[in-house]
Amino acid sequence: MIKVILIDDEPLARLVIREYLEAFPQVETLQECNDGFEGVKAIQQYQPDLIFLDIQMPKINGFEMLELIDHPPAVIFTTAFDEFAIRAFETHAVDYLLKPFSKERFSKALQKWMDQSGGGQRQASTSEILEDAAMSPSQRERVVIKNGGKIKIIPVQEIRWLEAADDYVKLHTKDGAFLKNKTMGYFEKSLPADQFVRTHRSNMVQVKEITRLEPYEKETWLAILRSGEKVPVSKTGYSKLKIVLGL
Amino acid sequence: MILQAQVVYNLGFSFQTAILDSLISIGTLSLGCLFMVGSLRYYFPENNRYIYLLAWSILLAGIWSLFLKWVLLKPLGQVTGYSDFLLHSLTLRFCIGLLVTGAVALASLLYYSQQDQKDLEKRRTESEKMTRDAELYKLRQQLQPHFLFNSLNSINALIGSRPEQARHMVQQLSDFLRAVLKREENQWVTLGDELQSLQLYLDIEKVRFGHRLDATITCEESTPQMKIPAMILQPLVENAIKFGLYDTTEAIHIPVHASTEKALLLVSVQNPYDPTTHIPKTGTGFGLSSVRRRLYLLFARNDLLETSTDQQIFKASVKIPQPS
Repeated sequence: MIKVILIDDEPLARLVIREYLEAFPQVETLQECNDGFEGVKAIQQYQPDLIFLDIQMPKINGFEMLELIDHPPAVIFTTAFDEFAIRAFETHAVDYLLKPFSKERFSKALQKWMDQSGGGQRQASTSEILEDAAMSPSQRERVVIKNGGKIKIIPVQEIRWLEAADDYVKLHTKDGAFLKNKTMGYFEKSLPADQFVRTHRSNMVQVKEITRLEPYEKETWLAILRSGEKVPVSKTGYSKLKIVLGL
Repeated sequence: MILQAQVVYNLGFSFQTAILDSLISIGTLSLGCLFMVGSLRYYFPENNRYIYLLAWSILLAGIWSLFLKWVLLKPLGQVTGYSDFLLHSLTLRFCIGLLVTGAVALASLLYYSQQDQKDLEKRRTESEKMTRDAELYKLRQQLQPHFLFNSLNSINALIGSRPEQARHMVQQLSDFLRAVLKREENQWVTLGDELQSLQLYLDIEKVRFGHRLDATITCEESTPQMKIPAMILQPLVENAIKFGLYDTTEAIHIPVHASTEKALLLVSVQNPYDPTTHIPKTGTGFGLSSVRRRLYLLFARNDLLETSTDQQIFKASVKIPQPS
């Protein structure tokens, strides 16, 4: 039995998939979800083999939902129109369905997945897709994190500074610190370069939060933030800051 | 000035008297004219322009003559025969003054009205271009491909289970597209027409998001006959749906209401939003700023589109001056 979950905010879009799936008696649909929040819950609960995932959904989009899952299942993306996502799918040879899609097209995608099931390769390309998706305009404006059982959306403007913490990055905001399972390199690429500066190997600062810079030890400085927090600045970090601040 | 000095000199006054007289007379007249030109720049009546100018000229020439009578006597009163000469020449001076101020006023009238014409022309062509661009943009982007393909996908779903409803939706979608295409030609439409195509759009969105979307259009009795620039409301409603539906996961209500405020048509669109995750920058994205820009180009006013937030409700209202 193949376990699948459908995630799409439009009921009629799910209805089509359900109907097409009737031709595959070996496939069992465990649940239908209206949005990414329900999706995360259902995936953790049922551990499906495959999900059909819409990109544009309320609150968090399909990519952001996948980021919240530690071991994401195989995915067949469905979308009506999203130039950015489609480009990402093409580059990483990931199968996707453009709405409205025919029964033949749908069956082909499903059959292909079943033929190569085992899926190690697919898993890798899913994470590559997410790296790419993080560069999309909509996703560069916020960070979605899982905080205990809750999902939190942080607009990037609210991130005061970032700090490396083992395999995670700690995001410091006015509501406290949150962990995201990404690297500093990832944030350096995805956060707007004119607002966030990598001040040190293990931290980044939002420029407008800085009130002053104080010399610390030899060739190092401390950035004092509006909140009073102090962030170490290395020699290279200092020269980057000077450029952004126009000194 | 030289001419006037010549005339006074020839009448038997000293060279010095002649120069002083002409200096004061022509100098004050020039100042008067400059003042008039300056004030005309700020206020120019729409009607009875010529009468207004004539009044200006007479007034100015009159004041100037009286002023001369008063001021010239001070330094020149002792010169023999000068005060008599001055009194006799006042009428003539008044006439010359009137002629000069009249000519200057007429020249500035021509200059300013030409300038106005140019401005108007420039605004109009720019506005026409903007509308065209916006309409093209709408067909490509705003009448989002996303909306179109998702609607087709819904129809695809209905064909299998509810063919009657599928047929109905094909009809609605065609009517909406036709209305959008037709509106490319008309700058102004009645509010009634505009609301009708908005209703079509909302009906289609309701099929897609049936369980979550509720929208109502209400308007005061007198408003449907009022005029509105085509496609001004569409971006506001799209914006409301986008932020309402994609910013929350609950069911949402989008009220559209038309009323009048003095001589203006007032239309407001509301949607719920989530203040904790809402990013203000996107709240004034292309949709709203294109509306604001178009209103400016049409009416040369920046205050016609207003947005406000009240707790979890975002409200955009647009005021439309009625064409006379």
